[in-house]
Amino acid sequence: MSGQLWTFLIRRSVGAIFFVAIVSIAALVLVRLAPGDATTELALAHADRATIEAARARFGLDRPVLAQVGEWLIGLGRLDLGQSSLYSRPVADLVLERGLRTAYLGALALFVATAIGLPLGVVTGSRPHGVAAAIVTPISIALVACPPIVGVLALLLLAATTGWLSTAPGAVLVPTLALSLPLAATLERLQSQATAETLAAPDVAAAAARGVPPARLVWIHAARQSLRPVLGVYGIVIGTLFSGSLAVETITAWPGIGRLMYDALVGRDLFLVAGCALVGAVLIALGNVIADLIRAVADPRIREQL
Amino acid sequence: MTTPGRVGLGILGLLAAMALLAPVIAPNDPSDQFSDRAYAPPSRIRIRDAAGFRAPFIYKHVLEDRVLRLYREDPASPVALRWFAGGRLVSTASESPLLLFGADALGRDLFSRLVFGARLSLGVVLLGTIGAIVLGTLIGGMAGGLGGSVEAVLMRVADFVLVLPGAYLILALRGVLPQVMSASEVFGLMAALFAVAAWPHVARGVRAIVAVERVRDYAEAARAAGAGPIRLVRHLLPAARGFLAVEIVLLVPALLIAEATVSYLGLGFPEPDASWGTMLQDASNVRVMAEAPWMLAPAAALFLVVLGVQLLGSTRASATVLRLGDTRFPLTAATARR
Repeated sequence: MSGQLWTFLIRRSVGAIFFVAIVSIAALVLVRLAPGDATTELALAHADRATIEAARARFGLDRPVLAQVGEWLIGLGRLDLGQSSLYSRPVADLVLERGLRTAYLGALALFVATAIGLPLGVVTGSRPHGVAAAIVTPISIALVACPPIVGVLALLLLAATTGWLSTAPGAVLVPTLALSLPLAATLERLQSQATAETLAAPDVAAAAARGVPPARLVWIHAARQSLRPVLGVYGIVIGTLFSGSLAVETITAWPGIGRLMYDALVGRDLFLVAGCALVGAVLIALGNVIADLIRAVADPRIREQL
Repeated sequence: MTTPGRVGLGILGLLAAMALLAPVIAPNDPSDQFSDRAYAPPSRIRIRDAAGFRAPFIYKHVLEDRVLRLYREDPASPVALRWFAGGRLVSTASESPLLLFGADALGRDLFSRLVFGARLSLGVVLLGTIGAIVLGTLIGGMAGGLGGSVEAVLMRVADFVLVLPGAYLILALRGVLPQVMSASEVFGLMAALFAVAAWPHVARGVRAIVAVERVRDYAEAARAAGAGPIRLVRHLLPAARGFLAVEIVLLVPALLIAEATVSYLGLGFPEPDASWGTMLQDASNVRVMAEAPWMLAPAAALFLVVLGVQLLGSTRASATVLRLGDTRFPLTAATARR
């Protein structure tokens, strides 16, 4: 790896640490300032004053917000994210376990979408009037209009009527397909347009005039150039996958960070919300750094901007 | 306009008309619970019986088995469709309701709920989109027009919000607010949250356009004629019109999905008001899907809106996507960068 890339990596990592810290602290403060707290249910159950006070003290709710943020940050240094009031478990264990499940699902969906979308995009972009394009394009347009929340319900309907797909909690096929199909279709559309534009460029025509065979022209010359704008989109895809997985995880009972975050928010589980935000922010920052790195490797011009 | 574009416009126009004319189009009141109609199948409109052709009618559905929820059409009791009765386009007498898309778990007419749900879902999304456009144009115009440290700070904030997954951002902001609210409070709040989550997309583009335009000759001339920064930005903003049109097309489906997700999770509109996301909540159980697949009608409606937008703006939008590196279109919410 060149020195340039190392400087880039270090700079981005420092930025990522700030990003993660701001997101987690914002989540902590937001929940602290929100009406109601983890002891609201105790109060509703008419628990006596001493019990409620004890519970508030246990979760640090009797302390000023800033002091609590400071303590949380010190705890973070020891990888101690506090105790969950909902699950009575250390938050660190819980969010690590769930975060890995979400990361696994997202990475799998991203891989499937790339493996399907990019090659098909090159095919349809290079032969817009061919048989493949006539089949792929309409399917692709329909799938782009199938966001994960719609896709997952359609797949569950398919499972319910035919029994082809497993709907057991933890079954990986339905959530992966629901997340990856619209993404694959989007990547196909983008790669298709980029390929068509690149093939019309003068340098490709010059290569064709020199006698470069068509297959090499499409898959080597044009693919490398057209890949660059499409790779630029990958950083954004990370956020999209996260948003989509919130719906998909909830509907398919996939034990990821999405449902946990929802439960934590509604239950006003202060440290659990902060922990979920922390893990989510780490995953997003990591995804973005990797996406930029791939882009920098593929495009020397990006390396200079970094 | 291309043929796909016309089809897209047609789909969207039809859905918009449906939302606007909801009280006329819906055969029943959306919150009426018909007894013995839980998960009743869609009514089949017929135009002939044993005796031959006749005016459109339906057969009354009879509940045969309450436990298995078996319904049977009773050929002995045809029910004529009433046209333009009581201000409704088409309906039937209430003891045998016209259920075009079947009924939900409480015996409510799914089609009527879908039509009225379009008002809430599309309405809140439109208001949110307008909010995001206004907020984004203001902030982007300010950043591009003033430049310097104001620009740096505003764009830092925009970048920060952009990296956050939209659905989570909206969920977190909604989650910390009181859960029990009236429908109109939820409407205003959700639209505000949509604007807060989506403005950076608009602001980034507007800032870039204003930054390019401000060094043009006409901007120079305006400055020479004594225009201050605010007046100058007002001269520059018309250049962003095309971009804003594409932005609207991109934001509507993204926010619609966000509404569906948040409502699905139970933080959207309260019962008995129906939004498409709230309705999907009742449909997501595999057993319900197998027995009453018509409960998924709101998902089909979501699909149609996204498809319509996609057909309407596909070429222009995907060109924008490649140029600005913005893939919200047509996925949920995402981020745009340099």
